[in-house]
Amino acid sequence: MNPSPDLSINTELARRILTGFIRSEITRMGFSRAVINLSGGIDSALSCFLAAEALGPENVLAIRLPYRTSSPESLEHARMVIEATGVHSLTVEITPMVDPLIERFPDMDALRKGNIMARARMIVLYDQSAAFHGLAVGTGNKTEILLGYTTLYGDSACAINPIGDLYKTQVRQLARAVGVPAVIIEKPPSADLWVGQTDEGELGYTYAEVDRLLYLMVDERYTPEECIEAGFDPAFVRAVVERVRRNQFKRVLPPIAKLSHRTIGYDFLYLRDWGT
Amino acid sequence: MKLTVALAQINTVLGNLQRNLEKHLALIQEAHARGADLVVFPELSLTGYVLQDLTPAVACKPRGDDPVFQPLLAASQKLDVVVSFVEEDVRNRFYISAAYLSRGQVLHVHRKVYLPTYGLFDEGRFFAWGDTVQAFDTPYGRVGMLICEDFWHASPPYLLWLDGADVFLFMSASPGRGLSERPELASARWVNHILRAYASLYTSFVVHTNRVGFEDGLNFWGSAAAFDPNGDLLVEGPAFEEALTLVELDLNQLHRTRSRLPLLRDERTALVQRELNRILSDRSRNSGR
Repeated sequence: MNPSPDLSINTELARRILTGFIRSEITRMGFSRAVINLSGGIDSALSCFLAAEALGPENVLAIRLPYRTSSPESLEHARMVIEATGVHSLTVEITPMVDPLIERFPDMDALRKGNIMARARMIVLYDQSAAFHGLAVGTGNKTEILLGYTTLYGDSACAINPIGDLYKTQVRQLARAVGVPAVIIEKPPSADLWVGQTDEGELGYTYAEVDRLLYLMVDERYTPEECIEAGFDPAFVRAVVERVRRNQFKRVLPPIAKLSHRTIGYDFLYLRDWGT
Repeated sequence: MKLTVALAQINTVLGNLQRNLEKHLALIQEAHARGADLVVFPELSLTGYVLQDLTPAVACKPRGDDPVFQPLLAASQKLDVVVSFVEEDVRNRFYISAAYLSRGQVLHVHRKVYLPTYGLFDEGRFFAWGDTVQAFDTPYGRVGMLICEDFWHASPPYLLWLDGADVFLFMSASPGRGLSERPELASARWVNHILRAYASLYTSFVVHTNRVGFEDGLNFWGSAAAFDPNGDLLVEGPAFEEALTLVELDLNQLHRTRSRLPLLRDERTALVQRELNRILSDRSRNSGR
């Protein structure tokens, strides 16, 4: 028997908290605007809908950042989100930024290329953050953060992340509720870093499966053994446990070697919202 | 006798006493204009909640010569006021405290006795534990105050009850968590369960204020509430937004409910004491210690 914990959420409540979070955390930093890297996928579409609702579409800039191998469908899906939300938009092709570096190293594998693309997009996003006077709103969900299925200082870079405590399954539910076009919700998730890439193909399991396992282990504090007893395949459980552990480095700031009486990260403790 | 309580569910500026004080004074004025006898602010209403290393920098002393308490005490000439703040004692220990101000006097200060230090909470790292749980007399009868985790333990409300409190003033800065298909967060549901339980078990009024707003990724869910001695909900403030919610407590309800249900009369305090002594002195057992 495959255990089926219920990951369903009250979308009205989630929407209320997340739009409140975006509004609060952007305005208290002295901003009123947001910039988003809009890929055409479901995660950035949801972040864009939430930011537009929180700040008003006139205060959101969605940036499309295609590479020459990016699927035309991604660009089209991003356009649908821009149209549906009414946000400002900008398209900056990253090919001329990325290709000279890739060409410099002819033996570069797809992973390195993908990371360069993700980081080139981050550079444009942060540059537009300064130009538009808006903070970068993140698009990483809980599943990919836990699995480390993200490029450090690339797609993971943001000022605030409204959807990082929602599993992919829950992102789908909320995306449906806020009006993200169905074609975006239903297509296979892909980082679109090379032709034919899909998340589930790369990970080796479906989001629906791994979300149930992660929910039991992380949210419900099941031990890996209890998950196996509950019906999950032992090899699958072990692979996911190890992947979550190995990617902890992507979820923390780089450790600073302690020398003084007071060290950032250990005993110099303030929230980001300090004084606001 | 009737007591009109204003539940001030506010957002705060993290670590900015002056801005928070200004909001308190404005709301005290509004509560007075709307006819309240008492206004109750949430936990750490003068400072914000996740203070960490800001704790020593925002500490106050609940006295007339304190620059924060001086205007609050002046405002308490018009109506009674309950605020929560970081208190520094004479030996420089810091507490999460609540003060009841009435007619220019500090009638009582409660120091939080249970500091959650687990999960997302880290209070024990920055604060000292309060050491007393006492009811006190006010112009509206005998009252008891508790702060958040205090009322997640059954004993502090019980002690207040035995010490004569008929009105319980509970204050929280409760981070919202536990999103499911239900219309409210699990944290909101849990708190309202136990508030209702205390009102019912102690046949007393329970008044709860809770913060709103965000601190980094934490949300605070508001929904201040009051329950009568039958355990019935009298009023509930809105979720997630600032509000000043007024509720009239008909204190004569204590007479009616306790006539029907004499739980206080029948409470066997000597039995409790005897059994507690036995349990705590039995070195071969771990329960209760």
